[in-house]
Amino acid sequence: MPSDAPLSYSSKDAVVCRGVGKTWAAGTKRAHEALKDIDLDVKPGEFVVFLGPSGCGKSTLLYLIAGLEDATAGQIWSFRDKVEAPSPQRSLIFQETSLFPWLTVWENVSFGLSIRGASKEERRTVAKEALQRVGLTAAMDKRPDELSGGMRQRVAVARALAMRPQVLLMDEPFAALDVQTRARMQDFLLDVWRDSGASVLFVTHHIDEAVALADRVVVFTSRPGRIKTIVPIDMPRPRNLFSPEAEELRIQLTDLLRDEVDRAFAEQEALASAL
Amino acid sequence: MAVVAPPDFSEGSAAGTSRPAAVARLLATMGGEGMISRIGWTILSIGLFVGLWELCWLVGWADPKLLPPPHIFIGSIADQGKFFNTATRWQVGNAMTGGPSAFESVMITVAATTMRVFVGLLIATILGIGVGVLVRYFKLFDRLVLPTVTLLSPVSPIAWLPVAIFIFGIGNGPAIFMVVVALFFHMVLATVTQIDGVSNNLINVARTMGASKAQIYGRVIVPAILPGMLAVLRMNLFAAWMVVLIAESTGVGYGMGQVIMLARNTFNPSLVFFTIAVIGVLGFTFDWLLRQAQRRILYWLPDQTEKLRAL
Repeated sequence: MPSDAPLSYSSKDAVVCRGVGKTWAAGTKRAHEALKDIDLDVKPGEFVVFLGPSGCGKSTLLYLIAGLEDATAGQIWSFRDKVEAPSPQRSLIFQETSLFPWLTVWENVSFGLSIRGASKEERRTVAKEALQRVGLTAAMDKRPDELSGGMRQRVAVARALAMRPQVLLMDEPFAALDVQTRARMQDFLLDVWRDSGASVLFVTHHIDEAVALADRVVVFTSRPGRIKTIVPIDMPRPRNLFSPEAEELRIQLTDLLRDEVDRAFAEQEALASAL
Repeated sequence: MAVVAPPDFSEGSAAGTSRPAAVARLLATMGGEGMISRIGWTILSIGLFVGLWELCWLVGWADPKLLPPPHIFIGSIADQGKFFNTATRWQVGNAMTGGPSAFESVMITVAATTMRVFVGLLIATILGIGVGVLVRYFKLFDRLVLPTVTLLSPVSPIAWLPVAIFIFGIGNGPAIFMVVVALFFHMVLATVTQIDGVSNNLINVARTMGASKAQIYGRVIVPAILPGMLAVLRMNLFAAWMVVLIAESTGVGYGMGQVIMLARNTFNPSLVFFTIAVIGVLGFTFDWLLRQAQRRILYWLPDQTEKLRAL
C-alpha cells in the first residue's frame, strides 16, 4: 500500500488504519522498524484488544492512533477525519499513573475542560458526573497520592470519560495492579464502555485479559509488529472465564503467541551474542 | 495534617499566592511536639559545638586573643556593636561615637545584607527559571543562549567582582549583581535539566486533551519542575550568603562583609566570630523559612525524611 493513499476516507468507522508503519530514528544507523503494514478497521462501540509480546509495537500503534506520534507510512482516519494531531475525541490512558500530583482528583478529571476555559462550576459538575461513573465521587477533593493504584487508574478513566471521547485508547492500564484488583477493574471497564458507547482499543500482553474483554483480539507478530491474525470472540457478556469455550480461546491465543515469543527470544539472543 | 485547599493552578499561578489562610496554616503546622523536639535537637547540636569550643578554651588550647570562645565574643556584643556602624564611619563630620547606637548599627547592617541577598536571590530565580523555560520553549533561543550560559556558568563569582564595580560602582548595585551572577547561570541549567526530566505521560495527557504548547508549559511543566527548582533554590540560598559577603567586603560601603573586613584590619577576632554567628543565624532562619514555604507550595509531595529515617 503506497503512502499517498486518499486524503479522505468515506468509512464511518471509529478507527481506520491503512498500510500504517512506524520506523523509529528513520534515516539513521539506529533506525528500526516497529510497525509494518497495519490494516485495521474498528467499528464504533467495538472493544478491540491488541495482544502481542513485549516490544512488538502494539503500544506504538496506540500512540499513532492517538496522534501523539506520526506514522512513517500509511494513513490513519478516525470518523472520516485524518489523524494528524492529538484530539480530545481520542483519549489515551497510560500504564503508569499519569495524574497530575499537584491537582485534586476533581481538578485532574476536569483538566481538559479547564484547557478550554470552562468555568469552575461547569468543571466541577462534569467532574462529579464522570467520577460518579467510576464510583469515586467520595474521593473528589483528595489528592492522587492519597489513593490506591486501582483508584488512581479509575480517576484516569474518569478523566478520559470527561472529554466524552469516541475512542478510548488504553495502554496496558491495569498492568501495575494485582490480580484481584485487575479482575475488578476489567468488570468496571466493561460497564463504563457499555455506558459510554465509545470504541475501546486496549493493549495488553495478558491472554486472560484479552479473553475477558475483547470483541476482537488483534494478535501481533514480534518486530516489526504486523497483524498476525484477528480472533473474534462472540462469547456473551458477562463472560464465564472458566467455561470450555474460554479455555479453548486461551489455548488458541497461547499457541498464536508462542511462536512470536520464541522468535522474539531467538532474535534477542542473536542480538546479545552479536554484541 | 488537615486537608489543605490547594492554590488554584488553573488561574495561571503555579507558585501559590500568600493569603491570610496560608499564614494561619503555617502557624498551625509550626506547633506540636515534632517542632519542639526539632528545636531541642537544634539547640543540642549547637550546644555541643559551643561546649567543645569552651572546653578548648578552658584547658588552654584556644587562645582567647585569637579564638575567643562564644561567652567572650557574645559577652562583648555591646562593645562590638559600634563597629557595625560602617554606614556613617567614613562620612565627614561624624565622630566615632556619633550616628546610630550600637544596636541600631547591627540592625541596619543585618537588614542591608539580608536585603541584598533577598533581592539578588529573587532576581536570579525569576531570570534563571524564565530563561530556562524560554530555552526549552523556543529552539532558536536555545541555540543562541544555551552555549553562552554553559560557558559562563563555571566562572567563579569572584571573577565578576571587578565587572560589578565597573558597571555599578559602589552601593547596593554591585552586591546584588554579584548574587545574581553567582546564581543565574546555574539556575538556567538546573531549569533546563528539570524540564527535560518531566514525565512524558503528563505531557501526553495534556496533549490528548488539546492543550496548546503554552498551556502545557504553564499547567504541566512549570508545576512539575517546582519541587526540583525549590531544592535548587535552597542550595543557592547558601551560595547567595557567601557571595554577598565577598561583594560587600570590597567597598560597597556597609554590610556584614564590611564588618568582617574591619575586624580583619583591626585584628579583632571577637568581632569576626560575632559576625560569623550573626550570619549563621540569618542563613539558618532563611533556610527554615524557605523550607516552610516549600512545604506550603509543594503540598502534594509526601514527607520523604520520615521514610528515610525508618530505614
